Amino acid sequence: MTHWIIAPIILPALLAPFIVLAARYHIGIQRVFSVVGVLALVAISASLASQVSDGSVLLYQLGDWAAPFGIVVVGDRLSTMMVLLTCVLALFVLLYAIGSGWDNRGRHFHALFQFQLMGILGAFLTGDLFNLFVFFEVLLIASYGLMIHAGGNARLKAGVQYVLFNLIGSTLFLFALGSIYAETGTLNMADLAERVQLIGPEETVGIRVAAVLLLLVFAIKAALVPLHFWLPSSYAEAPAPVAALFAIMTKVGAYSIIRVYTMIFPPDLEVTSGLHDLWLLPAALVSLAIGMIGVLAAKKLDRLVAFSIIGSMGMVLTSIALFTPEGIAAALYYIVHSTLAGATLFLISDLVRTGRDNLDLTPQPPVKGTAITAGLFFAGAIAMAGLPPLSGFLGKLLVLDASYGTDLMVWIWFVVLVSSLISILGFARAGSVIFWKAHSVEGPEDTEHLTTPTTMSYCAVGGLLALLAAHTVFAGQVHGYTTTMAGQLFAPDTYVATVTQTPGKLSKPTKEDH
Amino acid sequence: MSLFFIVALPFLGALLPGLMNGAGRAACAGVTFTVSLAAFLGLMTNLPSVLAGEVVMARVDWMPVLGLNFTLMLDGLGFFFAMLILGIGLLIIAYARHYLARGDNMGEFFTYLLLFQGAMVGIVLSDNILLLLVFWELTSLSSFLLIGYWKHLPEGRQGARMALTVTGMGGLAMIGGMLILGQIVGSYDLSVILQNRELIQADPMYVPALILILLGCFTKSAQFPFHFWLPHAMAAPTPVSAYLHSATMVKAGIFLMARMWPVLSGTPEWFVIVTSAGLITMVLGALIAIFKHDLKALLAFSTVSHLGLITMLLGTGTAFGAMAAVFHILNHATFKAALFMSAGIVDHETHTRDIRRLGGLRTLMPITFGIVTIAALSMAGIPFLNGFLSKEMMLEETTHTTLFGIWWLVPALATFGSLLSAAYCFRLIGHTFLGPVRDNYPSKPHDPGFGLWGPPAFLVVLVVVIGVAPFLAEPFVKLVTASLLGGEAEVPKAYFKIWHGLVPALFMSVAAVVGGLLLMGVFKPLLRVWESTPRPEAKVIFEGLIEAAAALARRFIHTLHNGAFTRYAMIGSVAIIALGLHAWSTGTVGAPTRDPQSASVVAIAGWAMLVAATGGLVVMHRNRLLSLILIGIVGLMVSIGFVFLSAPDLAMTQFTVEVVTIILLLLALNFLPNRTPIESTVLRRVRDAGVAVAGGLATFALAYHYLLRDAVSTPISEFHLANSYKGGGGTNVVNVILVDFRGFDTYGEIIVLGIAALLIYALTETLLSGPVRARLLNRLPDQPRAGDMHPMMMVVLTRVIMPVVLMVGFYIFLRGHNEPGGGFIAGLIVSIAVVMQYMASGFAWTSSRLRYPYHGVIGAGVLIAGFTGIGSWFVGKPFLTSDFTYVRIPPFEKFELATAALFDLGVFLAVVGAVMLSLESFSRLAHRAQDKDSEHPMDIDPSRDDPPEDQPKPVTEGV
Repeated sequence: MTHWIIAPIILPALLAPFIVLAARYHIGIQRVFSVVGVLALVAISASLASQVSDGSVLLYQLGDWAAPFGIVVVGDRLSTMMVLLTCVLALFVLLYAIGSGWDNRGRHFHALFQFQLMGILGAFLTGDLFNLFVFFEVLLIASYGLMIHAGGNARLKAGVQYVLFNLIGSTLFLFALGSIYAETGTLNMADLAERVQLIGPEETVGIRVAAVLLLLVFAIKAALVPLHFWLPSSYAEAPAPVAALFAIMTKVGAYSIIRVYTMIFPPDLEVTSGLHDLWLLPAALVSLAIGMIGVLAAKKLDRLVAFSIIGSMGMVLTSIALFTPEGIAAALYYIVHSTLAGATLFLISDLVRTGRDNLDLTPQPPVKGTAITAGLFFAGAIAMAGLPPLSGFLGKLLVLDASYGTDLMVWIWFVVLVSSLISILGFARAGSVIFWKAHSVEGPEDTEHLTTPTTMSYCAVGGLLALLAAHTVFAGQVHGYTTTMAGQLFAPDTYVATVTQTPGKLSKPTKEDH
Repeated sequence: MSLFFIVALPFLGALLPGLMNGAGRAACAGVTFTVSLAAFLGLMTNLPSVLAGEVVMARVDWMPVLGLNFTLMLDGLGFFFAMLILGIGLLIIAYARHYLARGDNMGEFFTYLLLFQGAMVGIVLSDNILLLLVFWELTSLSSFLLIGYWKHLPEGRQGARMALTVTGMGGLAMIGGMLILGQIVGSYDLSVILQNRELIQADPMYVPALILILLGCFTKSAQFPFHFWLPHAMAAPTPVSAYLHSATMVKAGIFLMARMWPVLSGTPEWFVIVTSAGLITMVLGALIAIFKHDLKALLAFSTVSHLGLITMLLGTGTAFGAMAAVFHILNHATFKAALFMSAGIVDHETHTRDIRRLGGLRTLMPITFGIVTIAALSMAGIPFLNGFLSKEMMLEETTHTTLFGIWWLVPALATFGSLLSAAYCFRLIGHTFLGPVRDNYPSKPHDPGFGLWGPPAFLVVLVVVIGVAPFLAEPFVKLVTASLLGGEAEVPKAYFKIWHGLVPALFMSVAAVVGGLLLMGVFKPLLRVWESTPRPEAKVIFEGLIEAAAALARRFIHTLHNGAFTRYAMIGSVAIIALGLHAWSTGTVGAPTRDPQSASVVAIAGWAMLVAATGGLVVMHRNRLLSLILIGIVGLMVSIGFVFLSAPDLAMTQFTVEVVTIILLLLALNFLPNRTPIESTVLRRVRDAGVAVAGGLATFALAYHYLLRDAVSTPISEFHLANSYKGGGGTNVVNVILVDFRGFDTYGEIIVLGIAALLIYALTETLLSGPVRARLLNRLPDQPRAGDMHPMMMVVLTRVIMPVVLMVGFYIFLRGHNEPGGGFIAGLIVSIAVVMQYMASGFAWTSSRLRYPYHGVIGAGVLIAGFTGIGSWFVGKPFLTSDFTYVRIPPFEKFELATAALFDLGVFLAVVGAVMLSLESFSRLAHRAQDKDSEHPMDIDPSRDDPPEDQPKPVTEGV
């Protein structure tokens, strides 16, 4: 029996309480454990991803109970890729947090960081909807803790809105789970996929409402307009490394939509047909537009980046909403890109903040080291705006290509291309004010007292950009992989069979009654 | 050399200038020159194959599924452009070495320049149109950096943004066009696309594709109505203007039209759009150029005009037109780059480019004068210079072109354009170099060193050589034309020569030159007319548009995201309700499968109380204490509801949770005002009430619907009921579900609880270190305080009760597996026992008697739960697998031991730690540092010897 598939959840779940118990006053020890833990996670998740790359499905029955009675953790191509992406992102974010000293500006950063990872990784790995709810709770409460790390009025205010809106989401999640359980009597995803088939056409409202409520829960997480209001100020106010880590959080929503609406409620399912055809794609396009308009409208750099996250989620959801293998493959490629690009931009905005007191888009005298930051910003902006040579451009091509010939093709192409232009405009304006116009402002002679980012901070940002470059260079391989992944998602038989047919404790009548 | 190297060299080489920056300017320029030279020589090694008519290919797969591959192709057309790019690039680098001032960062400049060069070579060598798009956008980006190179100049920043916006827009349009084209053909490889003329032109998507691609070409090559960005790009250093904005980048659009010529041209759409855009651009550019006083602006508009000329030639769709276009591209590149570099020299030496402040430089700068004169005369179309030849061909072509059915329209406009063109050439020479020598140049002019005049001089030599001996260029131009035509048309037989006889083109040419001279004669009055004529100023309009768009975006976004949470929640809720309703209304409703249960009087009474309490809460929620009490009632009724529905575990949990939360909330209330103020208008409250009622009704309807219907298949709870004793060793199914069947959920939930406590702690910590601390300390209690904070009765009572409560907790914990109870409830009960001590004797007294910090208790609890789970790994079972056995320790009866109990212990500890840490954190807010901490359990203790602090100590000596 191998336990590796559960390790990405258990390892941070043990590390975090250990840090609280034994090392809560020693930042040095916390850093060592945190970094080593994340390094181990990267190694584990990489080996898991390579293990399932042949299309096999790893199943882990918690408590030895077979699905659907117990909880299962399932690793397939999609979930392991998301896990790997999370761990790699976490490594660079953690290095940045340590390099910039953010982790020492409040209490319990590393414990919360590990708990946060546990929540995210658990959400990607679990094969049970209620367990997904639990992990949503873990990642929500941990993210709230991380968000208000280091305090401050604006941050606390944004934090309250963040947690309140997400509590609406949690409540809705419970409604949806109750509805689904009432309709099907199960919460295991694979089992659901089978039971939903049993529902006849004479009685569909129950499952339809349940399915749409669940979709809305995930849409809140994925910041789909008009359920995105929690995002702009909370991401903008969160400490930069935390915001960077949050780049993966919206993807949890996207992941869940992909998982649930290809496996449980696939597009060809009769009883839930026409459920979201009407509104999901338009809403995604509106998200894309609002996100990029927000980039143009933002008065502060961190808010600009936050809106670009909404925009890129709009792009992801546009591609998902096609619900074709090509669309999902493109979305998965874009998810990796958007996570890395969003995180990079948040970290870069913190590099900018290090040299000046705020992130207002006003010219302020340049400080030492601006040239490197400017270069990094240029690269990050190119990535996010979807310009060549970075992967955003390729992702955009994939999405456009996937939508060719669909009903809303003209709309998709129009919004995608025009919003690109708007974001180019927004980024160009912001960059030229911060990095160029700064040279026309008289600054104080003495800039020695201003701190400059540490080498470690630059390395973390550079590392993320290098990953983006690799995502571009190996785009063929990555996209090839996401294509097979999409294929697996639209033919979930192996997944379902593995989960529902593997026996567990008491599955076979062996034990005698006492 | 492999094509890959030719493209890659400038990109890889772009790293070098930045690196060599520290080694001095010569080294920096030297490596840049070497890199370009290597690429140029690499290109030349392919010359024999190109001359032989072969197409050199190189291919590496990139994204085969999408059809985007790294496929390069070198044919005559590509070679021609690559040669221009790399050849002129070499001259520019040599020139820039001397042009840039000491203060300029040369490494940065050459890095951008090489990036641009690589991207440009990439465009002309791409065989894959998606790859071409990649390079296309890269030229926009590097041009953005180069135009904004002088960061402190506002013109540079604005020009850079304008160029990026306009060319970026075109690039995006082209993405659409190229994708459509690829979808029509089924391949993105040019070599395939170029074979499919009929297929493409017959497709209904041909026109959209054409328009989108032409948008890209027109924006890049500054064709009307997108011509306005180019003059503003002249804020860049002059080498950039000469290189990007006259010789190469702006030719990218032309290149693409030439590339796509075999498949896109020849249709009426192509002809009308391209020819008319070119014609308008040609005339308009030339007209504006005449009246520009800035040397570079004049040249910029003349470039616009000449690009229009070439576009117009490509638009005609004839082979002769294409050949003329190719020839003019070559000629224009030579004379215009030379002119730009010369303008740079004038600027460099006199410190002005304003023609009105110049004049008479003829004698002061003879070399520059010579260069400019030859190049400008070539541009004007004077015989024995190369410009004349291609202009003749152009005029010849126009005589065969009929636009909109008017035969004279194109020739007349072309002649008029040529006339204007001649005029600004004469003005350029006359007003800058001729005339009297002035005594008020901003700087004393003289000819520069060879480094600056050498490169333009070299180009001027070419101008003369081609002009005098056109037959030298003829085979090459025809080779390029052949590859442009791509077999769709025959290469024209016409020879290149100066004298064609008395053809119409000659008369038009003569008319243009003479007219140009005459126009210069009346320049002064014309200028007055021009300056008094109101004209749209492109930059103002553009900036205005962008600013308006940004302002609109700001208004829209900031109105939408105004920070009011109630509105966000309202929008979200409405969306959720609406979409739920949509899902409901599109489905089918079947008959109920269950009968409603009858409700007893007691149940109805309980329900009525619940409703009454909730309703009261809505009415009285502004009084915070009252609403807390009402919430308590709601909680209690829910607990009783659980009992009614046969869920004693849930009832107990709910009950204890109620107690603890009410205590916590009371503590929190301590720091808050008594009443919640009214903050929103009546209208808004009515709106919110409406949404709330709608949400409530929807929830009710949904719950009612599900309650009356069975699940489609046996619920999994049946399995839990059947197996809780057999597999989990407990008869209390709820507890077995919590710690065994779904122990992993519980594991997650205790972590949530633990995090919540850590969070409350971290929050108070940050609060206490901030300004809030002072506010808290200076706060005056708004209600009278009890004189005796820690009354004796309470202290005694809590001490007595404590062991009892602990025992109850222990009991509840142990019996949990079989009867209602368990770690969670036990944890809450034990917490209550400790909370009572805090309440009785105060924060300081209690916490000083605390052995185990609550952080540690939480950590230990989660760790114990985790390690219990891991324990099963040692027997080869999955995480959290439980086992149980029966043991007998005398004198006790035989009892059951389950590993789940250990897990439950973890739950217990986590709950205790979490509750206590939250409580302690709240209490810390109230704790005042200046208060003397009492070491006594109660303030007034008759048995104690020492009196209270503020009273003088009684004298006890002398006994």
